[in-house]
Amino acid sequence: MGERLALSGNEAAAYAMKQINPDVVAAYPITPQTEMMHAFAQYVADGEVDTEMVNVESEHSAMSACIGSAASGARTMTATSANGFALMWEVVYIAASSRLPICMALVNRALSGPINIHCDHSDSMGGRDAGWIQLYCENAQEVYDLFALSPKIAEHPDVQLPVMVCYDGFIISHTVEMVDSLTDAQVQKFIGPYQPRINLLDYKNPFTFGPLDFHDYYFEHKRQQVESMEHAHKVIPQVFAEYEKLSIRKYSFFEGYQLEDAEIVLLVLGSTAGTAKVAVDELRSQGKKVGLLKLTVFRPFPVKELQEALSGRRAVAVLDRCASFGSFGGPVFSELRSALFGLSDAPLIRGYIYGLGGRDMGIALIRQAAEETLETAKKGQPTEEIGYLGVRE
Amino acid sequence: MKPRGWKELPIGGIIPEAGNAEEYETGSWRTYKPIFDQEKCIHCLLCWVFCPDSSIIVKDGKVVGIDYDHCKGCGICAHECPPKASAITMKLESECLAEEKGNK
Repeated sequence: MGERLALSGNEAAAYAMKQINPDVVAAYPITPQTEMMHAFAQYVADGEVDTEMVNVESEHSAMSACIGSAASGARTMTATSANGFALMWEVVYIAASSRLPICMALVNRALSGPINIHCDHSDSMGGRDAGWIQLYCENAQEVYDLFALSPKIAEHPDVQLPVMVCYDGFIISHTVEMVDSLTDAQVQKFIGPYQPRINLLDYKNPFTFGPLDFHDYYFEHKRQQVESMEHAHKVIPQVFAEYEKLSIRKYSFFEGYQLEDAEIVLLVLGSTAGTAKVAVDELRSQGKKVGLLKLTVFRPFPVKELQEALSGRRAVAVLDRCASFGSFGGPVFSELRSALFGLSDAPLIRGYIYGLGGRDMGIALIRQAAEETLETAKKGQPTEEIGYLGVRE
Repeated sequence: MKPRGWKELPIGGIIPEAGNAEEYETGSWRTYKPIFDQEKCIHCLLCWVFCPDSSIIVKDGKVVGIDYDHCKGCGICAHECPPKASAITMKLESECLAEEKGNK
């Protein structure tokens, strides 16, 4: 029987990491990830894990060390945020294209500049084309669960991709919540012993890792990566189902809240989903048929599942905690619109940007988005106006 | 070898055959060709030490020739060969090819 613990998001991630007991962790501190690595470093210092902890000089080195480690038969994990993620950007692509099952906690923080240490999704969204699986957490419980199960997705023989488990900086990372954990033995049994696909230390079976491609093979290697995400799309629900048997907690590509008969749907990632649930309850009490779709899996983007869930709705409001300058709306808005385009009963879609740099997203702003979207639904006319919730004009 | 499709390649860009760079013949890249004069050679092996492409052929401690399938013609061997020996000189590959053609 696992324990019921009071943990912050960072502590929950560190605790899951401790139970996974990875072979190697190479990391560099950055607010708001720092406390997660502090907590894990304490486990290392206290001898509670067997992990070789490598304190590198930058995030670029952190991911590089992780790649060397993962390619050498070691179960490898790390964590970062914002500009730390940006600093490791070139190596992040290499981790994915080398098909290394590295699991990383990405504590969502705004990309500079100006320098901002607070929450938004610009970091992970900025890396959405890198080829990593991306999972988003609503609260500390989800951080624990999704981080604990991430190696099982990453290491699956059909997947072999790195996974980033994203959770909101400060809002989730530093807020203490109740977390139901599994036992060490349960986690160990669930993820199983590490079975590396490749191992540079296996000198009896030498191979070349990280070679050069010319124009005659690069495209084929990239096509393989595209396929890997298709495989991930099949494997993720399987892993979630297995985890549900163990934990009783159910995960899927997204969670619906009051979604079944909703005419207006709010689509949100991360901690804002929690606030949105309260907003939905308030709107429902006024007889408005509003529901919430909280996206858990952003990469691979669950096109079919979203098409099924949102067909026939009157309107969807996509709330992006990230602006994509020069693009029409935020990243999730763009991708959802693309996924629903051409469907015979596609809903009207409104895009909103909110919460940049940790700007608070309260119930009132969510209700504003819902009311505007209700108006759009009533008029039955699409709008190209992107809303900015909470910015001073 | 027929170029392979994406389904046939090992994933992650791995090359599973060790040392298969040997199959890639870079000799065709040459602009200048090192010409080796065995009589002048003092077998100091400096050319072998410095050759970046492992293209100096050594047998029983003596330089016997150059692997022209892999030599890229960088000229380091000619540069390192001691002046008193000067056993290697660089000649334009195009001239060498023309000569060979003429000899046929």
